[in-house]
Amino acid sequence: MITEGLAWLIIALPITAMLVNGVLVRAFVGSASKYAGYITVAAIGGSFILSLMTLATVMSDGPIELESRDWISIVGMNLTFGLLIDQLTVIMLVVVSGVSLLVQIYGQAYMHGDKSYTRYFTYMSLFTASMLGLVLSNNMIQLFVFWELVGVSSYLLIGFWMDRPSAAAAAKKAFLMTRLGDFGFLLGILYLYSVNPSYMDISTLYQAIAADQIAVSVATWVALGLFAGAIGKSAQFPLHSWLPDAMEGPTSVSALIHSATMVTAGVFLVARFFPLFEYSDVMTLVALIGGFTAVFAASMGLVANDIKRVMAYSTISQLGYMMLALGVGAYAPAIFHLFTHAFFKAALFLGGGSVHHASGTFNMKYMGGLKKHMPKTYWGMIFASLSLAGLFPFSGFWSKDEILGHAAEVGTTTANIVLALGLVAALMTAFYMFRAIFLTFHGEWRGGGEQETKDAELAGEPAPVGNSRSHFGESPWMMVGPILLLAGLALFIGFFSNPVVEVGPINKHAFSEFITVENTAVFPTLEAAKHAGAAPKFNFVVAGVSTVLALTGIGLAYLMYIKGVISPSAMGARFQPIYTLMYRKYYVDELYENYIVRKGFYKYIADALRWFDEHWIDNANVYVSNWVSRIGKSGALIQNGQTQTYAVGMLVGVVAVVAAFLLWG
Amino acid sequence: MFDGILTVTVFLPAVAAILVAIFARGKNADQQIRWISIGATVATFVLSVMIFVGYDQDAGGIQMVDYMERWIPIDALRSSYLLGVDGLSAPLVLLTGILGMAAALGSWRIKKRVREYFMWLLMLQSAVLGVFLALDLLLFFIFFEFELIPMFMLIAIWGSGRPRYSAMKFVLFTLTGGAFMLVGILAIFVTPGVNTLAMVSIPELGITGIPELIAGADLVIPAALIFLFFFIAFAVKLPLWPVHSWLPDAHTDAPTAVSVMLAGVLLKMAGYGLLRINLGFFQETKGFTIYDVAGALSILAAVSVIYGGIITIRQTDMKRLIAYSSISHMGFVMLGVSAVGSSAASTSAGGLSGAAMQMFTHGTITGLAFLLVGLSYERTHTRHIPHLGGLWKKMPLIAIFFVIAGFGSLGLPALSGFVAEIMVFLGTFSVWPWATGVSAFGVVLAAGYTLWMVQRVFFGARPATPGLSDEVYDNLTDANWVDMIPVIALAAPIFIVGIWPSVITDMFDIGIQAVLR
Repeated sequence: MITEGLAWLIIALPITAMLVNGVLVRAFVGSASKYAGYITVAAIGGSFILSLMTLATVMSDGPIELESRDWISIVGMNLTFGLLIDQLTVIMLVVVSGVSLLVQIYGQAYMHGDKSYTRYFTYMSLFTASMLGLVLSNNMIQLFVFWELVGVSSYLLIGFWMDRPSAAAAAKKAFLMTRLGDFGFLLGILYLYSVNPSYMDISTLYQAIAADQIAVSVATWVALGLFAGAIGKSAQFPLHSWLPDAMEGPTSVSALIHSATMVTAGVFLVARFFPLFEYSDVMTLVALIGGFTAVFAASMGLVANDIKRVMAYSTISQLGYMMLALGVGAYAPAIFHLFTHAFFKAALFLGGGSVHHASGTFNMKYMGGLKKHMPKTYWGMIFASLSLAGLFPFSGFWSKDEILGHAAEVGTTTANIVLALGLVAALMTAFYMFRAIFLTFHGEWRGGGEQETKDAELAGEPAPVGNSRSHFGESPWMMVGPILLLAGLALFIGFFSNPVVEVGPINKHAFSEFITVENTAVFPTLEAAKHAGAAPKFNFVVAGVSTVLALTGIGLAYLMYIKGVISPSAMGARFQPIYTLMYRKYYVDELYENYIVRKGFYKYIADALRWFDEHWIDNANVYVSNWVSRIGKSGALIQNGQTQTYAVGMLVGVVAVVAAFLLWG
Repeated sequence: MFDGILTVTVFLPAVAAILVAIFARGKNADQQIRWISIGATVATFVLSVMIFVGYDQDAGGIQMVDYMERWIPIDALRSSYLLGVDGLSAPLVLLTGILGMAAALGSWRIKKRVREYFMWLLMLQSAVLGVFLALDLLLFFIFFEFELIPMFMLIAIWGSGRPRYSAMKFVLFTLTGGAFMLVGILAIFVTPGVNTLAMVSIPELGITGIPELIAGADLVIPAALIFLFFFIAFAVKLPLWPVHSWLPDAHTDAPTAVSVMLAGVLLKMAGYGLLRINLGFFQETKGFTIYDVAGALSILAAVSVIYGGIITIRQTDMKRLIAYSSISHMGFVMLGVSAVGSSAASTSAGGLSGAAMQMFTHGTITGLAFLLVGLSYERTHTRHIPHLGGLWKKMPLIAIFFVIAGFGSLGLPALSGFVAEIMVFLGTFSVWPWATGVSAFGVVLAAGYTLWMVQRVFFGARPATPGLSDEVYDNLTDANWVDMIPVIALAAPIFIVGIWPSVITDMFDIGIQAVLR
């Protein structure tokens, strides 16, 4: 059904939209042309349809085998490009193009009136094309190419309002921190290439691992490098701190790039090279980093006041969930969680944007009572929040539970640690999400963007950037539609892979079997597939405990922010040090920026080197020329043109010669 | 054998310079001079494209030869007039064609002593083309040294800051390096059995080149010394740490178009020399070969990359920043050269081709960056980064292309810089893993300084402290179409090579295979 040409078209359509928007529309129509939006939606809509066709083809016929083509072909170096279309690819294709399509539709309304509307859709097309290219890549170098391109689209979109200094700084921070991880990725590629250039091809690598042709130490170093890249891209500890700042970009950008798709690229990378990781000794590290990040990020979400930042911490935390799942070998649950998370988190972010339209701010302290003004947004976000909190029967319940159940089943020390961490994170997640819901939609209206600006003026602080006037009322359908659609999906898609019942024609393990059992390149044996969570058993204990924890979290939020039984400020005062620690993000930004970069790198390394360069290397020529002229001058002293001096010199010389003769002769 | 096209290409700018000097008088003289110069560089560009396209890749070898057995009628000198093009020089000739045109176009607004300015600029282009096309060692040396005269004049007269100091420093450094090279040439010249100064063998003409002649021969001084003499000349020119200090001064004080030429093609003469002479001559010499020092070269390269990159981060002058970044980026060329490995068996041709690619891509990317800094400086009259900010709003075209140049420099895929860097890294890592791994950190540093500059200059808001006066800031204008022609001429190859690298890599591959005998 799908040919190679059509598969390439999945990438080519958004690239075309980018070029048309960025060059033709920008130059000949205008910087705020509504056509830019139409063109982008049409192109990505086309990619989405093609992605569905690809999904159908792979579902019926299995992975599509395609030849690689030469990119650089010289003596001793042959770099190729090509497509790898397996089960993992098609799932990612559908998620990326589907969510992107909805976000582009939403963007038509959300970005309406922005003077750089054309530029927005140009960048969005670039991002979508790069992300689709990333998941379609059949070799490591091509994957790295698209990996960098999604990074640059992210940079451009975070800095979309680049006249805001904070946005410009956040964009740079995001790019640099991810690039630090990419350095590891690059080293991993270089090492593997030096071992055997043909391993760049992912299918070849799978075969080599299945045949035990790679040393474990090689696999470990390479996997470690790739994981560094994944840590950067998926904002895992210790390279997590760029993601909250990335919320400087438009909210629709955060929904697509910084929650649903790009940040999942790190998880995708580990999944793509899952056989390599399993073969290596890195899995424990993956699990522990993921588990730690899940709790660490969630704890910062507990106290954040900016609704987008709450969701950003939530995203980091959920990505940690996926990582910990992969780390304990739960391949299918991890991908399933990636899948469900994309929908409900995108819904939450788009809801956040809708709330911003009404309230003029992202600061929840100035919201409140929005439920009656925007019921559709409210219910959309409630659905998505319940899914995120992991309550039955929402999709998040199934995917999260599969992860925790799998960890319980594995039963190693690492698995038990991350299971505990996962349960703690579940409690926190439910709390912070419903804290956000209650602060935003319930209670009294607290003044919105105008009030916040006024307060800031009174306090003598600079006015918050990006605030606008509040105007109550539901957002247009163009925005609400995608939210409701995504929230609706959050309710249903969980049944693609529920361990309990068959829903209509859908087999109860449809998703996980599709992605493991049918993907024989990654899971050559049924045993391996089972091991990766092909048919998870429903673990009532774990499900029960996690449900109780989630309900506790919601209940706690209810008591604090609706009933007022427990005063949040009193709690904050009582646990002042912990509160401050979390509110200040564990001082990680200060550590990185003030100590490591400014004091450590700039002062002791860069400035010292610069001083050395300017005072020694740069002046070396001056020293040399000074010495030359000094030698010249001392020579000139003797040659002063006076016969007496020469006569004295001669006399001294003769005496010296005679003396030498007398003494040693 | 006298094909003619190469001779015409090399001397066309020089002839135009003479035309400019003698003719173009009267009221509109300046305008005529500009048009003659641009016409000449465009013609040279067309010729360089013809050379590049006309080179028969299947046949390989040296093509389009112009040969005169004795161009100096002293037989004892053994020097012939020998021009020829191969896979190594063809892309560099194309690069010189592109950059020479961009430099002339970018000099449209020069008002001071127009006649002399364009004369020297054209002379400079002839000298560089001569370096890439000359295949006789003495001829090569003459072109290599001749380039100093126009450069000295251009920096000293049309420069800013401390032009005399910088011009003198540039000349002294290069001249010292050149003196060493001359000794190296003499050492080869007096070697028994060396009856020609041809740098390559051309079987059709019955010429046996120096590489064959000195292979295994008894040299008058140790081969290691001769290697060192050539190496010093090229290391200064590249420039390699620790003999780089002339470059930031020369770049900062040179006029825009001269910076473009300096970064774009003059530094490449050094990389070309390293590949053609240090690599080409010293594979089979007696007692010492390049394989003996390849490891040391890789370490020098890594030091250059990291040292240059770290110092770049602390620069506050836009031109100085790009100049230091060139030191870091030219370190990748050295790294690629070191991919020759410790024996012929371990040689990675991919790394060597990567070195050549890095020369080509750095030429276009850094040339573009200097051109845009020049456009920005013309308008703001400052290059001091803390004084700038928020320029995107005022000059979006300059900003967009500057960002493109910046992304090229930090090695973003789909732009040519990535191709060169990944080739160097992939090729060299299997030979020198540690030096390559350390050097690869240069791409992180590159992201740091590039994005920092973009953020401070083009993004954000105007700085609170007085940078630009309101009057200057309010009247800033974007680039017009005259400014954009050279910008697009340099940006186009960055994209083309980034997406379709084989157009250049295939060519370099042929050249490298010929150099590796």
